[in-house]
Amino acid sequence: MMWLAVRQALGAWLFSRHNNGKAQRISLSTSRKEMIQRMYDVAIVGGGICGCSLLYELSKYNLKAVLIEKENDVAIGTTKANSAIVHAGYDPENGTAMAKYNVEGNRMIKQLCEQLDVPYKQIGSLVVALSEDQLETLKVLKQRGDKNGVPDLKLLNHEETLVLEPNLNPEVKGALLAPTAGIISPWELAIALAETAVKNGAEVLLRSEVAEIQKENGVFHVSTGDKTIQSRFVVNAAGVLADKVSSLAEKVSSFTISPSKGEYYLLDKNQGNIVSHVIFQCPTELGKGVLVSPTVHGNLIVGPNAEKGEAGHTGTTADGLDYVRKLSVLSVPGISFRDSIRNFAGLRANSNQDDFIVGESKIQKGFFQIAGIKSPGLTAAPAIAADMVRMLEDAGLELNPKDYFVNTRKVYRFKHMDAAEREQIIVQNPLYGRIVCRCETVTEGEIVDALHRPLPPVSVDGVKRRCGCGMGRCQGGFCGPRVQEIIARELGLPMEQIPLDRDGMNIITGTTKQ
Amino acid sequence: MKNYDVIVIGGGPAGLAAAIAAYENGAKDILIIERNHEAGGILNQCIHNGFGLHYFKEELTGPEYAGRFIDMLRENTKAEVMTNTMVLEIGPDKTVYAVNSENGYMQLRAKAIVLAMGCRERTRGAIAIPGDRPAGIFTAGTAQLYVNIHGYMVGRRVLILGSGDIGLIMARRMTLEGAKVLGCVELMPYSNGLNRNIVQCLNDYDIPLYLSHTITDIQGDKRVEKVTVSKVDENRKPIKGTEIVFDCDTILLSVGLIPENELSRSAGLTIDKRTNGLVVFENMETSAPGIFACGNVVHVHDLVDFVTAESLKAGKSAALYAKQEKEVPSDIIEVANGPGVTYTVPQRLRTERVEKFAELFFRVNNVYKGVNIVISSGGETLAAFKREHLAPGEMEKIVFPKQLFDKVKDKTVTVSVVKE
Amino acid sequence: MKELICIVCPKGCHLKIDEENDYKVTGNGCERGAVYGCKELTNPTRVLTTTVKVEGAAIARLPVKTDGDIPKQVLFRAMDEINRVTVKAPVKRGNIVLKNLLGLPINVIATKTIESV
Repeated sequence: MMWLAVRQALGAWLFSRHNNGKAQRISLSTSRKEMIQRMYDVAIVGGGICGCSLLYELSKYNLKAVLIEKENDVAIGTTKANSAIVHAGYDPENGTAMAKYNVEGNRMIKQLCEQLDVPYKQIGSLVVALSEDQLETLKVLKQRGDKNGVPDLKLLNHEETLVLEPNLNPEVKGALLAPTAGIISPWELAIALAETAVKNGAEVLLRSEVAEIQKENGVFHVSTGDKTIQSRFVVNAAGVLADKVSSLAEKVSSFTISPSKGEYYLLDKNQGNIVSHVIFQCPTELGKGVLVSPTVHGNLIVGPNAEKGEAGHTGTTADGLDYVRKLSVLSVPGISFRDSIRNFAGLRANSNQDDFIVGESKIQKGFFQIAGIKSPGLTAAPAIAADMVRMLEDAGLELNPKDYFVNTRKVYRFKHMDAAEREQIIVQNPLYGRIVCRCETVTEGEIVDALHRPLPPVSVDGVKRRCGCGMGRCQGGFCGPRVQEIIARELGLPMEQIPLDRDGMNIITGTTKQ
Repeated sequence: MKNYDVIVIGGGPAGLAAAIAAYENGAKDILIIERNHEAGGILNQCIHNGFGLHYFKEELTGPEYAGRFIDMLRENTKAEVMTNTMVLEIGPDKTVYAVNSENGYMQLRAKAIVLAMGCRERTRGAIAIPGDRPAGIFTAGTAQLYVNIHGYMVGRRVLILGSGDIGLIMARRMTLEGAKVLGCVELMPYSNGLNRNIVQCLNDYDIPLYLSHTITDIQGDKRVEKVTVSKVDENRKPIKGTEIVFDCDTILLSVGLIPENELSRSAGLTIDKRTNGLVVFENMETSAPGIFACGNVVHVHDLVDFVTAESLKAGKSAALYAKQEKEVPSDIIEVANGPGVTYTVPQRLRTERVEKFAELFFRVNNVYKGVNIVISSGGETLAAFKREHLAPGEMEKIVFPKQLFDKVKDKTVTVSVVKE
Repeated sequence: MKELICIVCPKGCHLKIDEENDYKVTGNGCERGAVYGCKELTNPTRVLTTTVKVEGAAIARLPVKTDGDIPKQVLFRAMDEINRVTVKAPVKRGNIVLKNLLGLPINVIATKTIESV
């Protein structure tokens, strides 16, 4: 097991390799000097799936890369609140960047998940037609997919569809089967990529909101309020805030982002088997419909709608949830919404361009965009990252592969162990014998391990995203206080300072009897 | 593999009583498996009084009630309590798979098992309250743990959703610890809590109770900032234009309890959709021979005294089963709920195994005054019991003589509320 | 005339109490209701249950209660006094943690046995 120390630097957490199990603080003055003197080759703004994918790709080479994230953890925006689908690639129009990256990303993501021990299942998807007209749409989708290079697409008739998915609306006319579609844990992929990048020497700067980007003598000065980072190249992967970040470098951003909000239901595991594929509705002039899918953790996800959104606002509405419920039962009539365990909303970073915006700014040389990454952005992210590395090389970044690059990662999940493995791991570390989350069977050993990984969580939800505790039917009612205690103990912080998620999301307001 | 006569899963009031009764009825090797660091279950955090009026004929606090049973277990039995231990699965042949730090991964075998896992709280997600998702939203029980056991305050300006007893108790508790409780919001036109709690937890502190209201929006970026409450119509749908906005930093949810039956499901036991609890026979045996259940894992109780009574029965039955005495063959009668009744426990009666009297617990679906509880079969009334007052929040009980079974047709009896 | 909901039993009778007529209670279903109604208006009292700080134990708070009823109007003052108490583990159920609360002939007692760690 690799033990790493946590260093607090300038109000941000800067992580690097160390051989000490305990958290420690380095004085601010030392860190400040160190930081200012450091010159990076690439600075990435935004710790979502795109930023983390790029950091991972860059960490394969002998260069200095840093990811700058405004929150206290990576994967805290759109990456944690989406449909969690690995798309096959029949949806994007032929010849678009979306089509190319989707199909490439679909291939890469499978491999990455295997290497980095990230939950992923290739369960295939069905687009279901509920009318004769929609059968025509399926044909169009199939043709488009074939041209995009999506393998093994197949049109199914009424009977074939119901054989695959007996709980679909019995009136279903047919479906488009895409066997390469899958389901994934998006935040775990982003965390795994960032963790592994850090292990390979890349840096992550948390709690750092970029306020200014200046270019002087061919070098970018990226300021985050109280500190400045110097870098030869800057990549903007700021999601729904990408236009704001872009305007810092381009003065007037070459694009705008108009986020679209999607609301979801997450249902209990007893609903997780109602379908075995990702079930999409056929797109119509009214919209794309809502999907129904098992999640990689065994639940059922239902959603999203599409409403005008606003950065930082991910509240759900009664009308939105109502819409999702009513529309979803058109394709899968038997969903029991009594078994809802959580509702959430996420933002899609829709831009005013039709396609993804991936490439160098025409206004500011050395400033690169990964922007407007709406669906299928999650699937596309690894392919975008790989392409971005090539673009950076074209712009002058030297790529010398590392002699020793760690490209694997192992997470111990007690729940998935057999009896012998369980016995053995408890002997090695008794904390694995203490179940903290009863709904998801997560042990204290797993939580402590996560808290000492290269990019340790600092919040209850940060632990949840890494270990799964609190994701079950009681939604952390039982384990939440215990997880909070373990974080406080391991990080040497008072309970009051452990937030639910982002900084300032305080769970407790003090002690009694004061 | 270690063998026991009876393994009791859960060391709360149900498990403690079951273990004591099992010992008193001849079981020798008894093990209670408890996931917390001590026995007593949820009573440890229920520091208010009002427990024990039926069983001990005096008013005790939760920790006192639990403490007395822990003492009885220690002093009068040889039952073993294994704390900090989680049961992961119940396998065939009554194998119990459990884990803790000290003993590691264990496979234990029992002649009889008593399930006493209690219940858990319904959450925000279960009732789909729309709005932002900031910090400051707790189930009442989680807040109770923070405040009463760990000594942390969970907020300063509090709104409570749901007028179940835990919500009411927490309204008073937060007030006494210096928080401002702005109100208690209840979807139904009546409270599910005991009158005594409405009076002593809300009225005593001038906390308003908003009946036929619900939360329709939550606002807050980091911590709860504003909560919108709306009146609801007779179909429980919010009425536009009736919104009241509260400035508060905390919401406590007391919106129902669900029997904790994940283990039971994995063991393939039959669950009653009405209670979300286990289907049981007259002696608290579940659908699997030799596996018994009691307390909130069967149905959510409002009084711990009734949990104790039910658990003593389950413990005794488990001990008798463990002795492997020959079982009496019997007809099975199904108990159905008629108009006004939401569920009954037990759901199945084996006529030959009922001792002199059969006991039925049930809940009603509305507030009733001056009605009869009627037991009928094949359209014919077998017995009627007069009741002055019935409410959904109060569990009811009827006891009738075994002879009644002679008149049962089609192996079904129905329990109904009939207006006079 | 004051109105109260009776809490003696779950029926919840709506009591009417006439302060000007020797606290005569009407609306009660039984005699216990009359006694409750009268007392609630003339001398309302409560048992106070709360916690005190505890040191050297696995938990941070020890549950306690008053060993008898105290006047309803002194509940918050009683809390202030109890909140200043800190006890050291071990403590046995029934131990007195505070004598003569607010000078009343009432003690605050532990409702739980806790061991020291």
